[in-house]
Formats: sequence, structure tokens, C-alpha cells
Amino acid sequence: MTILEVEHLRKTYGEGPRATHAVGDLSFSVSSGEFVCIVGPSGCGKSTLLKCMSGLLPASSGEVRLAGRRITGPPPAMALVFQEYGRSLFPWMSVRDNVLLPLRHKGLSKDEQRRLVTDSIDEVGLTRFGDHYPWQLSGGMQQRVAIARALAYQPEVLLMDEPFASVDAQTRSDLEDLILNVRDRYGVTVVFVTHDIDESVYLADRIVVLTPAPTEVKETLTVDLPSPRDQVATKELPEFAHLRAHTYRLIMRPSDHEDPVGATAGAVAHGSPK
Amino acid sequence: MHRGTRMAPVVLVAVLLVLWELIARLSLLPRPEFPTMTGTAVELVRLLGTSQPWLASAQTLQAWALGMVIAIVLAVPVGIAVGTNRMLYRSVRLVIEFLRPVPSVALIPLAILIAGAGLTSKVGLAVFGAFWPLLLQCYYGMQDLDPVAEDTARSFGLGRFARFRHVALPSAVPYIATGARIASAIVLTVVVSAEIVIGAPGLGREVFVAQTSGAYETTYAITFLIGMLAWGLNVGVSAAERRVLHWHPSQRPVEA
Amino acid sequence: MSRRRSRSGLALALELAVPLALLGAWALWSSRSTSFFNPPLTDILDTFAETWIFERIPTDLAPSLARLLIGYALAACAGVALGLMLGSSPLAQRACAPLVEFSRAIPAPALIPIAITLIGIGNDMKVTLIAFVCFFPVLLNTIDGVSGIDPTLRATVQAYGLTRRERILRVVLPAASPQIFAGLRVSLSIGLLVMVVSEMVASTSGVGYFVLQAQQSFRIEDMWAGILMLGLLGYVLNGLFLLVEARVLAWHRGARASATADTT
Ligand SMILES: Nc1ncnc2c1ncn2[C@@H]1O[C@H](COP(=O)(O)OP(=O)(O)OP(=O)(O)O)[C@@H](O)[C@H]1O
Ligand SMILES: [Mg+2]
Repeated sequence: MTILEVEHLRKTYGEGPRATHAVGDLSFSVSSGEFVCIVGPSGCGKSTLLKCMSGLLPASSGEVRLAGRRITGPPPAMALVFQEYGRSLFPWMSVRDNVLLPLRHKGLSKDEQRRLVTDSIDEVGLTRFGDHYPWQLSGGMQQRVAIARALAYQPEVLLMDEPFASVDAQTRSDLEDLILNVRDRYGVTVVFVTHDIDESVYLADRIVVLTPAPTEVKETLTVDLPSPRDQVATKELPEFAHLRAHTYRLIMRPSDHEDPVGATAGAVAHGSPK
Repeated sequence: MHRGTRMAPVVLVAVLLVLWELIARLSLLPRPEFPTMTGTAVELVRLLGTSQPWLASAQTLQAWALGMVIAIVLAVPVGIAVGTNRMLYRSVRLVIEFLRPVPSVALIPLAILIAGAGLTSKVGLAVFGAFWPLLLQCYYGMQDLDPVAEDTARSFGLGRFARFRHVALPSAVPYIATGARIASAIVLTVVVSAEIVIGAPGLGREVFVAQTSGAYETTYAITFLIGMLAWGLNVGVSAAERRVLHWHPSQRPVEA
Repeated sequence: MSRRRSRSGLALALELAVPLALLGAWALWSSRSTSFFNPPLTDILDTFAETWIFERIPTDLAPSLARLLIGYALAACAGVALGLMLGSSPLAQRACAPLVEFSRAIPAPALIPIAITLIGIGNDMKVTLIAFVCFFPVLLNTIDGVSGIDPTLRATVQAYGLTRRERILRVVLPAASPQIFAGLRVSLSIGLLVMVVSEMVASTSGVGYFVLQAQQSFRIEDMWAGILMLGLLGYVLNGLFLLVEARVLAWHRGARASATADTT
């Protein structure tokens, strides 16, 4: 069942000669419970796309629909983890209060709120840091607070903008597995922006590859790797290597549209636009 | 820019001026001393045709300029010394902390006794008021030296004085400039206070004399002049600050 | 290590010795001086004790403090409230900008004559004037704080659909609080200044009135005692302010310290 549809989305910043065409003409859809990775070169408009999808930015034309309804403002069933995670935490609140804040108006009982906060903080492995302030934590820990906040909010759709871009390799694999685990247990739909190709292949059910700005969908790949994924075993599979190479070529050589070698192994090209 | 937003301030000021006129004409205030806007405007134009407000402005400005120069000449070297020498800082810390919050106008009676009701009193009080914030800004400026910059200079073998001249001083300049802007407002405020209380010649005395002699239009017109003078000084000092700091990150235009 | 300890011991000794030495020098100098405006320090302190413990507290100190604190509190509330509104409305902000700039620039005591013509020379005038002049620094700083909130923080608030009340009380107000406090601190010293000047020129009570009266009737020790009282008032009010600020903004100092630690 399709939960999210992006249809002929365009976004232009500014007007006249100084306008930036951040998103050219994007269409794709996401099924319920699916894990979709969006990859594309830096500055191609990935953050812009997520902001339009979450209703934070109005589209210049086209639309985004959540469960058939056109998105005009941030919907309550959606949570967003920002690329600038450090700046999305409230420095005057403890970790607990940061996680609690969005729950306050959801009409839950105090006990329920407390349980959700504690559970999600435990989930990201910050049990002992509930009373710390965000600025007392390292970058990776701050990012985990932002993730805990999104988890506690119990969204149907979780949008994540390069959430692991600035954490160390070890934390990164831990967090990747954490997100996969959460998806399996709660059936959340995840749209995950990254510019790390390995990461996208490891995490995704489907990868949407974008062109440089003005952005369009270059190709959509289905990732047929066995589940649950494993940091070592999955990455050793020949399919993994093929998918990785294929995606890499798509991004690095924008003029080379057809790539029969990469497309054969494991990847099913859903057709490039036009 | 949108035409509507550009006109908004003009519209607001016009509305307030008309409101003023109406309130005065219809005597909506319980007190009779409230002049009309038009009467005040006429008085303002008349005043500007005489030498009186120009002379008074010059006297106020003279005290302001003297106060600024003396305060800067005294406070900046002391601030730099205190900011670079830890022992010196510790020995004067309590003195600074106690004297800084003292309102300089509290010393007006003492100034009258020592220096009478003239320029010296005005300037002396103003210098006392502006000295502390300026000194503290210089101190912060010297403290805020980026250790990386300092180490870079050292690794290139710059000596103590060269480091002070080329690293410490330039990085303190933004603070000193901010201090000067703060000091400018303080100096003007204290100068006008002294003119009002002591009766030292200047715009402060003019406005107070106008009020006590019942010339209400004149009171309002001179208050407006003081406001314009203060606003002009503000703009001038900020522009000077920007000129001095054109290289500093805080002055770069922010991309919207 | 021991050298450092002895240096810090010396620093502490200096920190206490220098002010004491200055006081001593004043005492010595004034006891020898024959100038009539420089009475012996001991006489000044005697007079201070006689005057302010507790004879003139109800007649002069209490009225002064009441004027200042009431005016200040009014200004703080109005400045923050209006600042929150203007800060989130660029149009209103632009409309008010010239007026606010003008009102902020004008030296506060210059408004005393107009205040007298409008309200008279009673308590109301002083409270209103103090409130008026304290209002602008708070207003401008609140606007600054509100419009300077990090865009990511704003987007976060939107993404999680916070209610208006939550947004203002839990996000906007705390985020702007460092600037709000900066404004409040400026206001406190301006308020004190206007209190003193307005009591000097238009009052029959208050510490400012007392000091100028003492000077005009050549009660020099009284004058000095009053000046000391005003200095003490400034010092204590400022100290209390810093205490409150340190408590409320503890998070801010921590965040800033860790931000600078990151960049070095
Ligand atoms: N608020 C804005 N105003 C004007 N232009 C913008 C704004 N935000 C982004 N842009 C422009 O839109 C384009 C896409 O930006 P965006 O942040 O969406 O890219 P991105 O793919 O997320 O990049 P990265 O991988 O570096 O995060 C860029 O050219 C950027 O300069
Ligand atoms: Mg981005």
C-alpha cells in the first residue's frame, strides 16, 4: 500500500535572476513499512526535498501526499530528524525534556509519556544521560537524542536527513542497526537521505538516485538483499558489491545513463525518467 | 522590497502625529500643558531660525566629544594592561566591580562642589560613567584572544611585542569599537543629565528652562532636537564602527 | 606547581590588599585635608551609619526603591511581551523601527521635562518615566533574540507540531532569554540613573533628592553618605541581577563554553 506520494514536485528558492532551482521535477512513491534511501550528490536538493515532504516548506509546484491527503503543513504522523541535529536540540532542556516536549500535546497520560521517553532513551543507549544537557554530549550522542525524540513521537513515517553524517564509524553502524531494528519492530516507514552509497545499499529496500540540481529522479533501484541485514555478512555478499558499484556509477558519471553490467546483478532498474 | 513594507513606518508616524494633534485639540488629557503637534512644529521651525538651539547643541556636542576622547584615552590603555596582566587584573578587580555599577549622576553634587556648574563638571561626570564599560570591553577583548591565533604567531617566532601588535590588538579592536559605541550613549546621557541638574549650558538646560518657564511648545521642540542629535550620533558612531570593522565576520552581510 | 600556588596566593592577597590600601589612602588623605568638600572618611562613615541605619530608610530609600522596582517591573513585562509579538512579525517590526530607534537613542533624562508637563512631579511621573526608558532596551533585545532563533530550531518546533503556548513558553522565551537578560541589565542601570536625576530635579523625597539637598545646604558629610548609599544601591541591585541571571542562564553558559571548546 502506498503511503507517501511525491508528484511533479518542484522547489525554487528566491525569484528572478537570483533564483535557485533546488528541486527540478521529482516523482516517486513510498509504500507503507518500506525503507527508502535517497542518494544524490551534495547540494542536489535532498534536504529541500525532505523539508517539502514534511510540510515545512511549501512546494513551488506539484505536491506531496500522505495516505492520499495533500500535505500543507507538518502532519502529526510524521517525524523529522534534521541534518543539523545539534541545532535542532533545545540547549536549555535536559535530554529527557527534549524528548518529552513533542509528546506533551498528544493527549497521553503522564505515565505513558514517561514510559515513552524512558524507552526511547534506553533504545538509543543513552540511559544514563537523561538528565544531561545536549551540549554536555558528544556529536554522536546528540544525534541519538534527536533520534530518540523522533522514536518517542511514534510516527508512521520517519524522515531522516543524513542523520549519521558526522558520527564515527562504530557509532554509525550501531545506529544503522538501531534504525533497521526499529523499523522491523514497529513497521515505521522510513525515508532516509544520505550521500553514503554503502549506507544506502545496506539500509534500503529501495534506493532513489537523484541527479545534480535541478534535481530529478535518475533511477530507482530495488535492493533484494536478505533480511535481517548484518554489518559483516550482508556487506560480503556479491549482490551488495554489485549494487554498490552500480549506484556509484550512477552518481559519479551523470552522463552515462545506461549501465547494463551493474543493472543485471541484484538490482532491478525501475526505469530512468524520460 | 515590497512597497507596503517600505511605507509602513511612514504611515505609522503619520498616524501618531495626527493622533497627537487630535488629543491636544480635543483636550483629551487631564493636563492643559499638552501642546499641539502643529504648534510644536511651528515652534521648532522658529527655533531653528535663531542661534539659541545651535549654540546649545554645540555646547552639548563639545562636552560629548571631550568626554569620549578623554574616556577612550584613559580607559583603553588601562583595559589593555589589565587584560594582559593577570596580577594587575586581580589587584584591581574588586575596585572595578564596586565602582562600575555606581550611577555617575550620583556624583553630580560632588562635581558641583569641586568644579562648579560648567563644562568641567559635565565632562568629568561623563568620563566617570563611560570609563568602566570601556575598560571592561578592552579587558574582554584581550581575554578573548583565540589561543590558536596566539600559538600560530608563536610558532612563527613572533616576539611578545609583535604578538601584541599584530595579534592581540587587532582581535581586541571589535570589542573596543563596541565599547566606544556603548560609551557614546552613556556620555551623552550623563552630559544631558548634568545640564538639567546643574544648569550647565547646553540642550539639557534649554529644555529644562523651557519647561519651568511654561513654554511647552519649546519644551517639546527641544526634546525633539535632543532626540535627533542623539540619533545622529548613534548613526555616526555605528557607521564609524562598521568602517573600522569592515574585515570582521560580524560585519559580513548574512545571506537570507 | 608550588610556584603557581604561591602566585595565586599572592593574587588573592593583592585582590584584597589593593582596595583596602585605597580606602586607607582616602582615610589618611581626607583626615589631613582642610578642603571643606573632603571631610574625614571616618566622619562620612559615622554620618552614613546615623543617616541610613535606619532613620532615612522609610523617608528616602524606600520611596526610591519602590519607584525604581515598580517602573522596572512594568518595563520588563511590557518589553518582553511586545518584543515577542514584534519579533515574530517583520512588518510590525519595520513599521516601528524608526520610532523605536529614536526613542532608544534619546538620552533618558531629557524626557524628564516632558514627563513633568504630562504627569506632574509626583510619584506617577517617576514610575512612568522609569518604565518608559527601561522599556526600549528590553524590547529591542527581545526582538533581536526572537528573530535570531536558529532556523533549525524553528523547523523542529514546526515539525513536531507544538502548540502556540508550548512554542512561546518552552522554546521562544528560553531561546531569547540571553538577549532578554542583556536588555534587562542595560535597563537596570538606565532606570537607576533616571531615578536619581528625576529625584534631584523634581522630588521631595528619595536618595537623589537627599544628596542634592545636602550639597545645596552644605551638609557635606550628609552628601557623601548619600553618594555612598547610591553607590551601594547600584552595587547591590547589580549583584542581585547577576545572581538571578546566572541561575536562569546556567544552560546558556554551559552551551557556550562547550561550543568554544569544540572550535579550539
Ligand atoms: N533557504 C535557502 N535559500 C536559498 N537557497 C537554498 C536554501 N536552502 C538551500 N538552498 C539551495 O538549494 C540547493 C539544494 O540545497 P539542499 O540543502 O537541499 O541540498 P542537499 O542535497 O541537502 O545538500 P547536502 O548533501 O550538502 O546536505 C543548494 O544549491 C542550496 O544552495
Ligand atoms: Mg542536506
